[in-house]
Amino acid sequence: MTLKTEEPREILLSIRDLHVWYELRRFGFGRVGSVKAVDGVSFELAEGETVAVVGESGCGKSSLMKTILGLNIPTSGDVVFDGKNLSQLNNKDMRSYRFEVGYVQQDPYSALPPFMNIEQILEEPLIISGVKNKAERLDRIRKVMGEVKLHPPEDFLTKFPHMLSGGQQQRIVIARAMILEPKLIVADEPVSMLDASVRVEILKLLHALQEKYNLTVIYITHDLSTVKYFSARIFVMYAGNLIEKGETRRLLENPLHPYTMALLAATSDPDARNADSFKEVPPGEPPSLVNPPKGCRFHPRCSHSMPGLCDEKFPPDFEPEPEHFVACWLYQPK
Amino acid sequence: MNTLRNSFTKLLQYPSAIAGLLVVFLLVGVAAYTMITIPYSEAIRLWRGGEEVWYQNPRFAPPAWINYFSSKKYSESFAVSTFDEQIFKKVTPGKSDTATVEMSYEFDFSYDEYPQEMLFYFTSSFDEKQPFVSIELLTPDDRTIRIANFALGNEFTYRFSQDEKLRAKLRTEDVIPALFSLPDSEVPLKGKYKVLITGTTFEPDSTLDMEFVLHGQVFGLAGTDHARRDLTLPLLWGVPIALAFGLIASMGTSILTMIIAAVGAWYGGWVDELIQRITEINLVLPFLALLIMIGTFYSRSIWVILGATILLSIFTGAIKGYRAIFLQVKESMYIEAARAYGASSPRIIFFYLIPRMIPLLIPSLVQSIPAFVFLEASLAVIGLGDPVLPTWGKIIQDAQSNGALYKGYYYWILEPASLLMVTGLGFAVLGFALDRIFNPKLRDV
Repeated sequence: MTLKTEEPREILLSIRDLHVWYELRRFGFGRVGSVKAVDGVSFELAEGETVAVVGESGCGKSSLMKTILGLNIPTSGDVVFDGKNLSQLNNKDMRSYRFEVGYVQQDPYSALPPFMNIEQILEEPLIISGVKNKAERLDRIRKVMGEVKLHPPEDFLTKFPHMLSGGQQQRIVIARAMILEPKLIVADEPVSMLDASVRVEILKLLHALQEKYNLTVIYITHDLSTVKYFSARIFVMYAGNLIEKGETRRLLENPLHPYTMALLAATSDPDARNADSFKEVPPGEPPSLVNPPKGCRFHPRCSHSMPGLCDEKFPPDFEPEPEHFVACWLYQPK
Repeated sequence: MNTLRNSFTKLLQYPSAIAGLLVVFLLVGVAAYTMITIPYSEAIRLWRGGEEVWYQNPRFAPPAWINYFSSKKYSESFAVSTFDEQIFKKVTPGKSDTATVEMSYEFDFSYDEYPQEMLFYFTSSFDEKQPFVSIELLTPDDRTIRIANFALGNEFTYRFSQDEKLRAKLRTEDVIPALFSLPDSEVPLKGKYKVLITGTTFEPDSTLDMEFVLHGQVFGLAGTDHARRDLTLPLLWGVPIALAFGLIASMGTSILTMIIAAVGAWYGGWVDELIQRITEINLVLPFLALLIMIGTFYSRSIWVILGATILLSIFTGAIKGYRAIFLQVKESMYIEAARAYGASSPRIIFFYLIPRMIPLLIPSLVQSIPAFVFLEASLAVIGLGDPVLPTWGKIIQDAQSNGALYKGYYYWILEPASLLMVTGLGFAVLGFALDRIFNPKLRDV
């Protein structure tokens, strides 16, 4: 635990040494191992803070997100929200926790039930959270549709998801996440399935909502080019671990971990010069999460790997710059 | 709701679907009509009734309308009585408290086949002295045949064919043909016949009434069976029973199958395992044999059989098919979203999983109705029908046990069989049309 917490009152979400392992069974019984999707992740988020979790596919960021949403049960470790430990909540408190967390999904088309119209879709969270009055529910639906800039609401209420464009569908998904006025929004690659022209608008919308309601947002992405739009901090995830945490600008300008450097180098900008340039990509593939490499999980692909250290001991978080943490032996204080 | 209305509009584009709908609506109408006009208790009383209820009807009589299609005309049945004043009755007081009661009835006989039987049911009231009657038959060729003279009890039945004296007098074993033809002739004599009953009462308050029943060769709209029962009763009452059985069994089976498949797919783990194992065991159990066992050893009540049918039909291959689709739907993002905003498991099962399957459910539900209607009839045919209820299957069973096909009583089997076929065809045709409407949408399930 190296993160400093000056004002613990403001901490909304705190993750402590979280492990999410999926059991592997052979022929339906007999454990033969486990997929260590999240393996020792800790961080804290203050109220109103925005953070981007960045990493390639299969690095465990979706497992982390689902655990925060309460959809996965952690193997060990704690998720503490607003002073309440999720693993100790009873069913009723777990439900009210879910009303405080909004979930924006990746693919808006499959995130909306095709047999419900927009009114029913937006009404569901309200009914479940116990808003009995139909008129009140409709009021709140109209209000939230205004928030996500779907005007006028009446044009959309009776429509079914397939009648809307991708951008409109994603606005409905955001509206559904916002309708219970949550404190925390988990956005899982909210723009990766959208047209490039719509992406920025959706990100700006999320940003505006975040500022207006002082939301805490966890923005999960593999695309570093969209991060700078609204996240204050970046967490870089590799093979189940958070390997680098830092403020967005500082991390983007001065990446410390060799993997972050490679990730940043691989981010493409629409620039004609890029066509000819050769980007250095770390050799090999992300490791198997069933049998991750001993020591630093990046060491088999790392050009700075130090034999005897990197392949033996897992690096703790070092803080070479203020508020910029990196789990790499290169930054071991001398 | 909108999709359902659209589907209905589309349904009307298929002529076969319209025919199917007409059949279904007609059957529902007949069922409603039957249950209103013949209440359940009355139907049971009639169906279970014996000679005292059905004495007016001939046995084994085909429906009367076969005369329209046959070159030979079969004599039709009738029953008349002095109570409804169809028999002319004249009372003439005589000397010292006696009275002469003259009763006569004239009927037209223009058929090619002799009637089965003629009967007089006399009712009289007296203190000590029995009334006395003599019967005569006036034939179209103006012969007057003296039939019998006898004293009456309070109730007395006179059967023409059973009268030994009449047999001796006419010098024949078969009285009815002898009465309805010219002497030494083998063909019926057509024309107006008249029965003339002259009675004498010997007390001031003595009364004498009678009912005249002629059992022809044909009867009514549907004919009669071995127990003289009018077949319109079981044919009509068979409609609501068949519809109820088919509809309840098919709805119960489809809906419960779907719910159980959804519960298993959603909860997974031992719940799912249990459901799958039960299904696999049930799949190898012989369905009909189990029903026969239940019918033989436990109860033949239609409700017990219905319950057993539903129970045994839930855990079949359909549950595996539904489960496969539910397992796929379960992983969809909107279910994950629903869990994230706190939807409970029952809510997810009933509001998120099952609505996705409704398009698949409706055609299969309609198509499986005839199967259950036939099942009920089949059970009745092999003697496991409800012992109380008049149903189509019961008619076929009665017909079969009385050798209807062997003896040529084809109407007895063809009537319930054709109703079964029309019912099955109606629902099947409707189901096919529904399938064509709903199935294109299933591609995105």
